[in-house]
Amino acid sequence: MEIKREDILHLADLSEIRLSDTEVESLGGDLRDIIKYISQLDKLDTSDVEPTYQVFEMENIWRDDTVLEQDATREQLLALTKNEKDNQIKVPKVL
Amino acid sequence: MKIANKSVTAEKLVRDALDKAKHFADYNIFTFLNEENAIKKAREIDAKIARGEKVGRLAGVPYALKDNFLSPEGETTASAHILEGFTSPITATSVAKLEAEGAIMIGRTNMDAFAHGSSTENSYFGPTLNAHDRERVAGGSSGGSAVAVALDIVEFATGTDTGGSIRQPASFNGVYGIKPTYGCISRYGVVAMASSTDCIGFFAKTPDDMNLLMEVASGQDPKDMTTLPDYYGEKHSDMDLKSARIGIIKDFDNDSVDKEIRDALKTKCELLKSKGHEIVELEMPALKYALAAYYIIVPAEVASNLSRYDGVRYGFRSANSDDLDSLYFNTRSEGFMPENKRRIMIGNFVLSSGFYDAYFLKAAKARTLIVKEYEKAFLECDYILTPVSPNPAFKLGEKVNDPVAMYLEDVMSVSLNLAGVPGLAIPAGKTKAGLPIGLQIVGPRRSDHNLIEFSKELI
Repeated sequence: MEIKREDILHLADLSEIRLSDTEVESLGGDLRDIIKYISQLDKLDTSDVEPTYQVFEMENIWRDDTVLEQDATREQLLALTKNEKDNQIKVPKVL
Repeated sequence: MKIANKSVTAEKLVRDALDKAKHFADYNIFTFLNEENAIKKAREIDAKIARGEKVGRLAGVPYALKDNFLSPEGETTASAHILEGFTSPITATSVAKLEAEGAIMIGRTNMDAFAHGSSTENSYFGPTLNAHDRERVAGGSSGGSAVAVALDIVEFATGTDTGGSIRQPASFNGVYGIKPTYGCISRYGVVAMASSTDCIGFFAKTPDDMNLLMEVASGQDPKDMTTLPDYYGEKHSDMDLKSARIGIIKDFDNDSVDKEIRDALKTKCELLKSKGHEIVELEMPALKYALAAYYIIVPAEVASNLSRYDGVRYGFRSANSDDLDSLYFNTRSEGFMPENKRRIMIGNFVLSSGFYDAYFLKAAKARTLIVKEYEKAFLECDYILTPVSPNPAFKLGEKVNDPVAMYLEDVMSVSLNLAGVPGLAIPAGKTKAGLPIGLQIVGPRRSDHNLIEFSKELI
């Protein structure tokens, strides 16, 4: 399968990453190599096989609908951001 | 382990460990040294002992913490630029358990950023050097932890293993490394890479030390809904440690695996036979697809788990962004290492419409075949013995520009993570050039304790 320059740019956009022209070249080449490698799964016959998404023997676990004590306080969490004002996190304009 | 007692004080153990860490500074093992707190904690333990009070099973034992475990001691950065400046207000469950038994963290260890890599060369802080050859890689992603134990700086170190990140550096540096059963140890408070394969584990010098660490750290945790109900240490009556059937995977005996490693495996098989164990040859044809399936499933989960790093709430924030969108893009572009970007982009590729069925769904089906292959194998044998990696530690820089060559390092380790089964990397001699060789013993789910006990048969 051919991966074009615009495909690489689209993937970068989906990933919220901006690539320099050099990165489009270098990472683009790497991605083509990786996709070529993982495409060998084509050869494996998986007809009538159900997918596995997790290997934990998952069962639904119920708990009481109560508010549990949290490990970090609101103040501790707000202290982690670079820009805080009036108990809110400041970011540049949205629009 | 040298538990603090009357003959040696905790303070002496901790000071020695810190001195050794500084002595080996040029190996680039640590991202942070916990000098002040570690000495303070050691003194508290010594005072308790002097008062005749009861102390924990790891009292005064210095250890190293991989930099992706959250704790308020030092910045938790996962050796990634994007987490620079992040000091965690919370403590990982596994860390809390170790500390409750008196273990003392003397430093945080270097790793591939976000645990993406097999050499510790993808770290924002630069590579860690191999304990036995300074021109070679430490392995990865838990390279700093492996070298800290191999150079005898600490008694043990923590690691995370998503596809081999404990076992491969353990084998590259000649120490024990365990990847437990999926769900054995709580992942709460550990930087997530791929949630369906991430496991917390340890580097140690002896099987008995490993057993003690597993006893302390394992167990169900209400803060991690994927932890299994407590089982560690339960004996499995159907497993006889004295006359076991050991499976050898035929497909792994080929030229792509270093001859000295294959010879080391044969030597250990002879040793096992001489002790009355039986060697069984296994056919596991789906395993050759494990690496391709892994490098679809794991990047998909990576893309999802790393979408939270946006520069808003914590860590690094790019300066000079005009609007919120460019803040996200600038922070992620400047904050991630190239390998992080590759994995996020591959993850978004295999999940995107048009490719989902051919890649992600296909890989999830391949995973089923791999799980079934292990289930079938463990009807024919009790444990499987295989190499950890196809080669001993390679030269620094040798594979860093060839991602597929780097991924092939994981070809014999990733299938365990996809199947959720435990594996213990054990030292198995050295190459003629003096590089450590590692083998891994693999068992069915929940056989962690027996694996560690059985590893004594291989010494």
